[in-house]
Amino acid sequence: MPDFAGFFLTYQSLLAFIGLNGLLALSVYCTLCCGQLSLANAGFMAIGAYTGALLTQNAHAPFPVALLAGAVLPAVIAVPLGLPVLRLRGVFLAIATIGFGEVVRLAFVNWSYTNGALGLVAIPQKTRLWMIWVALAAVMFALARLRGSRAGYALEAIREDEAAARTMGIASTHYKLSMFVLGAAIAGFAGALEAHLTYMVAPNGYGFSRAVEMLVYAVVGGDAVFHGPVAGAAFLTVLPEALRGAGRALGLSPGPLRLFLNGAILLAVILFLPNGIVSLPRTLRERRMRKASRAALG
Amino acid sequence: MLLSVEGLERSFGGVRALDGAAVEVSAGEVHGLIGPNGAGKTTLLNVISGLFRPTRGRIVLGGERIDGLPPHRIAALGITRTYQNIRLFPGLSALENVMVGAHLVRRGDTLRRMLFLRSARDDEARAREAALQLLGRVGLGDRAHHRVSGLSYGDQRRVEIARALASSPRLVLLDEPTAGMNAAEVQAVAAVIREVAKQGQSVVLVEHNVQLVMQVCDRITVLNFGKVIAHGEPQHVASQAEVIAAYLGSDA
Repeated sequence: MPDFAGFFLTYQSLLAFIGLNGLLALSVYCTLCCGQLSLANAGFMAIGAYTGALLTQNAHAPFPVALLAGAVLPAVIAVPLGLPVLRLRGVFLAIATIGFGEVVRLAFVNWSYTNGALGLVAIPQKTRLWMIWVALAAVMFALARLRGSRAGYALEAIREDEAAARTMGIASTHYKLSMFVLGAAIAGFAGALEAHLTYMVAPNGYGFSRAVEMLVYAVVGGDAVFHGPVAGAAFLTVLPEALRGAGRALGLSPGPLRLFLNGAILLAVILFLPNGIVSLPRTLRERRMRKASRAALG
Repeated sequence: MLLSVEGLERSFGGVRALDGAAVEVSAGEVHGLIGPNGAGKTTLLNVISGLFRPTRGRIVLGGERIDGLPPHRIAALGITRTYQNIRLFPGLSALENVMVGAHLVRRGDTLRRMLFLRSARDDEARAREAALQLLGRVGLGDRAHHRVSGLSYGDQRRVEIARALASSPRLVLLDEPTAGMNAAEVQAVAAVIREVAKQGQSVVLVEHNVQLVMQVCDRITVLNFGKVIAHGEPQHVASQAEVIAAYLGSDA
């Protein structure tokens, strides 16, 4: 009988971060799935984290209220932000949303009420592992059911060809904005969960590199289906830990080599699995079939 | 009159792609739109479907002015289209493309799907059935589950026609629907167009295949340099000197 309890205890924080990163990757997927490259979610995450932390720390609000507010406030902000910026396409949208992220970060750096660059500390630790995984499961369920719905088809159509989708009667702005807002809510919720797990928030944890990190999870996992980003987040969260163990077993020094291997594996996935790691079974199957047909042809 | 277009102008920089174009289409009519390359036929379709705003002029659909409305509103009022340079959703199957086309006639089902309500399942099954039927009508019943990027040009054009018909529009704009098709396929498309018109839906057909135009169109408008140079019944139009000149050069 394997020691499940021991396993959970040892890897509790890793499992928590897999779940949190999965949520963040899905928040990016929300905009990616209708063809929008938005990097605003680190900013939304910051707003959610600060909102939740301030509510529990200063207002002594119940934890569920803090979590809910952490999701709602970013969503509310996403509406007036999304209306103008979602008119931009491709890289221009990315640049505009990076700008938003920086504005949020700098606002918190300069806001004395939230302790400036030092951020908030000693936030009550209220997040439990099961909460993270229930949230992840709920978001995955919703996205799974969205697929194949009328709105799901509309989103796919917008991703493939927005102008053609509009001439089919699809109000593309409405759908793009809805997904932008949903992504903001998920990122904010994850931010509030994380703040109450690590007991601290600081503005520099929500900068450009965090925004890119979420995007990388989604792209490496595969952004064509909703479970891709979660797989990517799990893979990239576990990889450094797995390499740490492997390095120790091989007697390698930690540090640079591990980062190098991490980067090399990432590169290999992008090069050989352009549709993400969830496309691995299909890629292998197709390769086997090609080989078989070549053998049959002699 | 279902659609009436009056004095439509559209310029791109210094080029007047449409220079006072006018077209009238009645319900159940197949209206041909012909003219040499660069005459403004596709621009006219782009303006009618809302992809371009007109610089001047008015477009009235069923008594309601639609010029300047966004494309999805125009589609909701009953105009859908196909594209000269095919614009299907390449990553989706033929069936899924047609399901997207049915967007306007499907009820929102996201919440009902989350709750696994029976009605959502029924709606989806009905939409799927209708899409399959449409694909059958254009002769693609057996390729419904193929990814459209793997289909031949002719098949892709037929998927586009099915997609445009999926919302039961009052007016379909077909932009060179038979380009790249063989004679049998062209006849199949002609049959579909006639069937659509018989159900009271109107068709505007931009087409270089003059034989097809003469065969299926009730009336024809000829454009040249963004202006109407002739309009009327096929026989009447075909005999006009200006049309012959525009197509064959003035010496002919």
